[in-house]
Amino acid sequence: MSEELIIARGLTKRYGDFVAVDNIDFTVSRGESFGFLGPNGAGKSTTMRIISSTLQRTSGEISILGKDPNEHGPQIRAHLGVVPQQDHLDNQLTVAENLYIYGRYFGLSKKFIRPKVDELLEFAQLEEKRDVKVEALSGGMKRRLTIARALVSEPEILMLDEPTTGLDPQARHILWDRLFRLKEQGVTLLITTHYMDEAEQLCNRLIVMDKGKIMAEDSPLELIKKYSTKEVLEVRFGSGRNDQVADQLRQMCDRIEVLPDRILMYADDGEALLEEVTAKHLKPLTSLVRRSSLEDVFLRLTGRSLIE
Amino acid sequence: MSILEGKRQGSLNLVDAVKVMRRGTFYVFESRMRVQAKWWKQILLGQMANPVLYLMSVGVGVSAMISKNSGSNAIDGVTYLTFLAPALLASAAIQSAMDETIWPTMEGFRWHKTFFAMNATPLTGNQIGIGIFISALVRTLSSILIYFLILIPFHALPSGKAWLAIPAALFAGASFGAMMLAVAAYAEKADVMFVIINRFVIMPLFLFSGTFYPLNTLPMAVRWIGWFSPLWHATELGRYFTYGHSIPGSTLLFHFVFLLIPIIVGLTLALRRFTFRLAR
Repeated sequence: MSEELIIARGLTKRYGDFVAVDNIDFTVSRGESFGFLGPNGAGKSTTMRIISSTLQRTSGEISILGKDPNEHGPQIRAHLGVVPQQDHLDNQLTVAENLYIYGRYFGLSKKFIRPKVDELLEFAQLEEKRDVKVEALSGGMKRRLTIARALVSEPEILMLDEPTTGLDPQARHILWDRLFRLKEQGVTLLITTHYMDEAEQLCNRLIVMDKGKIMAEDSPLELIKKYSTKEVLEVRFGSGRNDQVADQLRQMCDRIEVLPDRILMYADDGEALLEEVTAKHLKPLTSLVRRSSLEDVFLRLTGRSLIE
Repeated sequence: MSILEGKRQGSLNLVDAVKVMRRGTFYVFESRMRVQAKWWKQILLGQMANPVLYLMSVGVGVSAMISKNSGSNAIDGVTYLTFLAPALLASAAIQSAMDETIWPTMEGFRWHKTFFAMNATPLTGNQIGIGIFISALVRTLSSILIYFLILIPFHALPSGKAWLAIPAALFAGASFGAMMLAVAAYAEKADVMFVIINRFVIMPLFLFSGTFYPLNTLPMAVRWIGWFSPLWHATELGRYFTYGHSIPGSTLLFHFVFLLIPIIVGLTLALRRFTFRLAR
């Protein structure tokens, strides 16, 4: 059973001469956890805002829950939960009040919202902060509250724009755990991120975006299989020597990437490759064998790194 | 609980978009009232302290001096306090209406961008704008009522029709409120704009709207300021109701129209800008 919740064809958004989203196609089915991966300015947030039915497209077609957002914005928004990049919480109100008034904006009854707020506070691990003003919360707590707020109406689609940007590692992991639980329950998730680990953790399927275009589309695992090798050997020779040895290294494997501070060598067996490098007496200052990630996929597709 | 256990009803069963399209303005109003309620002590204190101080110093003090020098019914045939009261009532209304349109709009678009969160629900820009405006009118009405009650023991409301000064003052508040809602909606960068508006628009209007003396005592060079000021029009109407200040019938209508125009223009511009900014 794959019900298609979002269908976009030739979706385009222009601001004057600048093309923010450039003729893209994608489909999101119910229960999927769908990601938009790309650097800042790739057009992810613009695409999200078009889906959230607050920004009108320039051309192309998009249908969300079977409706056109240009004509049925409020009707579509009734079934979305939106977690914007900045939290947009009401700082003058308490944690519980923020959840309560948001429920009211969806026209939900007081009788429904009251117990719902308790549930959401538990989900967001904010029970003790219930009557605290939002101002006093940490960044991670605000983020969890924003996600809880988006869930007050039990949305069909939960949209998260850069959910963990600016959070410390511990706060990120708590958040991922909460999102993972939602995913397990079959909530359709839409996530934009420029963190490859986040995309790998949370998304069943993703599109890699750059400069408003879709570069590739698949599951994280398939993307890595398709566009990278199993492992990567990272070697550093110091800034002066990296360029000198690059030609020699290039002959040892299918592909290398020379970055300002290190060289990435792509191979299915990283350790074996490292032995080969050492055998040639090239003596890197440091070396590291790791498995390929979406970062490598992005590098391959665009020639640039995700975080610049 | 149910979120973690997975008992979901789902928004398709829970949320009625048509209901929100009908009642959204009320939901915005409701949440604004909740924020106002947080500040009720400060609001109430300000709304009581201001009139009392003004009436004591200017109303009673200046009034006594004028009575001593020119007789007790020197201005427009009534005591100075009676003459001044409707103007103070309208000024208080304007102040409240401005507070409750400018700051929530700045908060919503700029400081915490709460309007964008509201717009991510079925709520529309029009509903948000009108909801803010109505909640500002409620606060304005409460200011006027408190002021009015304080005026009673000062014997500043001789006519039996004096209570009609309340809607007249509310119109003044609505005029300024609608205009300021538009200004705040257009204010993209400069918060300093409000300092400028306060100093170069609001203050002159307050001083040159026949507030402290009849407008026709001013030379023509500045008298026109009053003609364009909703405060003057509301004050004239207020004086008509509180002590029977003479206004011919057609002029009454003229005053009313001049209060209505800023409301219509201000709201139209504000709502257009609300919708535009949310959809950009």
